[in-house]
Amino acid sequence: MRDYFKNIFNALFTIFIGMKITFKHLFVPAVTIQYPEEKPNLPERTRNRLYVNMDDCIGCDQCARACPVNCITIETVKSVPPEDLGKTSNGKKKMLHVTQFDIDFAKCCYCQLCVFPCPTECIYMTDIYEFAEIRRDNLIYSFVTLTKEEIAEKKDNFTKFEAEKAAKAAKAKTAQAKNSEINK
Amino acid sequence: MIYEFLYNIIGSHIIASIISAVFPLMFLVPFALFAVYLERKVSGHMQDRLGPMRVGWHGWLQTVADIIKLVQKEDITASATDKKLFNFAPVLVFAGSYAAFAAIPFTSIYIGSNIDLGILYIVAVSSFVVAGILMAGWASNNKYSLLGAMRSAAQIISYEIPTVLVILSIIVISGTLNLMTLSEQQSSSIYNWMIFGGAVVGWKKFVLIPFLMIGFLVIYISSLAEVNRTPFDIPEAESELVSGYHTEYSGMKFAMFFLAEYANMFAVSAVVVALFLGGYQSPFGYIGNSIGLVWLIPFEQFFWFAAKGIFFVFVQMWLRWTLPRLRVDQLMVVCWKYLIPISFVNLVIIALIMVL
Repeated sequence: MRDYFKNIFNALFTIFIGMKITFKHLFVPAVTIQYPEEKPNLPERTRNRLYVNMDDCIGCDQCARACPVNCITIETVKSVPPEDLGKTSNGKKKMLHVTQFDIDFAKCCYCQLCVFPCPTECIYMTDIYEFAEIRRDNLIYSFVTLTKEEIAEKKDNFTKFEAEKAAKAAKAKTAQAKNSEINK
Repeated sequence: MIYEFLYNIIGSHIIASIISAVFPLMFLVPFALFAVYLERKVSGHMQDRLGPMRVGWHGWLQTVADIIKLVQKEDITASATDKKLFNFAPVLVFAGSYAAFAAIPFTSIYIGSNIDLGILYIVAVSSFVVAGILMAGWASNNKYSLLGAMRSAAQIISYEIPTVLVILSIIVISGTLNLMTLSEQQSSSIYNWMIFGGAVVGWKKFVLIPFLMIGFLVIYISSLAEVNRTPFDIPEAESELVSGYHTEYSGMKFAMFFLAEYANMFAVSAVVVALFLGGYQSPFGYIGNSIGLVWLIPFEQFFWFAAKGIFFVFVQMWLRWTLPRLRVDQLMVVCWKYLIPISFVNLVIIALIMVL
């Protein structure tokens, strides 16, 4: 009999405690946010979409080699002597035309391993995380600043330069051969 | 009374009755819209969320949008269902809960039907809901629906006993089954409310108070069970029975069940208010009296009635987010081992006090 009343008392008492807690929570400010209008403050070192600042890129290919999933594709062409590509913001000399710099974000695993080896700190993480696409191809981002014609021109220049150089070298060789014959 | 007023204008009993019968619906539909919104807001904020925020200012049009969606929806009837019963069940459930409003006094000038057996009629007619729910569960031809419906029937029928016992003890004190007369007895002051001993005078009033408080708790708990609200929501337990008897319903029929559920929530709250908390009586006296506008009084009474009713609906929602669901055996234990003996002893004691 004592248990019976104790049960009743406990039940009512605990219900009132529970009701007190839920009533308090009625006035607690919501922890959720209205997402598209308000956005959460991201932590300082969040890893999101990559960005490449092509002005600083020297085409060294270190990021592509660091990538564990091979999502970065880089193709470069050497600059020909009279051209001066200038310097990067931290004083490195640019020697190469970057003719292709694609990052496939469908493959990218956001590990940030490409960011550390970069000698000019031109590849880094941004705070953009909303870049869903309907087609997977659209996730391949191209960062190259040169136009197609320019790329074709640079390649052409380089092959010409190479050809000239080869011709020169051949000349020099034959000249050397002649010289040596004469010396004999 | 509004009915006589309408009869004097129109001169036909039938038309006056029909117009008079539509009044509770004019209250109920906006109430259901508001209550669904309130429910979602209350549950949101109790869980530290925001609830609906998109449709209108702080989502106040959300339920209107939901209703528009439900109206547009295809009315699906599964091929294995018993078509006649399946289509009739939501109507019966709503009719049962709406019929209860016939004997509830909204103000001193409006009651659907001023019959002397008012409260008995409410108890009897709200049992239609059981039939409707059982019909819906059976006709759906779905094991979860049937289980939910059977649980619902078992639960509502068992919890009617403590409800009726508490109502009986009120009747012992007031000597009337008519809710209108009962509300009039509780007029003029908050101390005349039934929970404070009603219109009884002398020492009896003070002796009665604790027993009436117990009676109030018992009837509130059992009314929760009668409208299938948490913690007694095993008939529609979302997590185990999908949602019980209305799993197979869609579109307007589902909306009908929903409307019936919210109408029922208000009906039981209104009965509790009319029995214990003075019905439509204002706790502070009427503004209409003090500034000399007699026509304002019924509106104030309606306001107080709706406010008290909505407060108890709010408490139902509050309990929903406080308590977990009971098991079937626990449910029966609460009813048969606790509520029924308590309410029975309570009735005997109250009767003895009144006889002395």
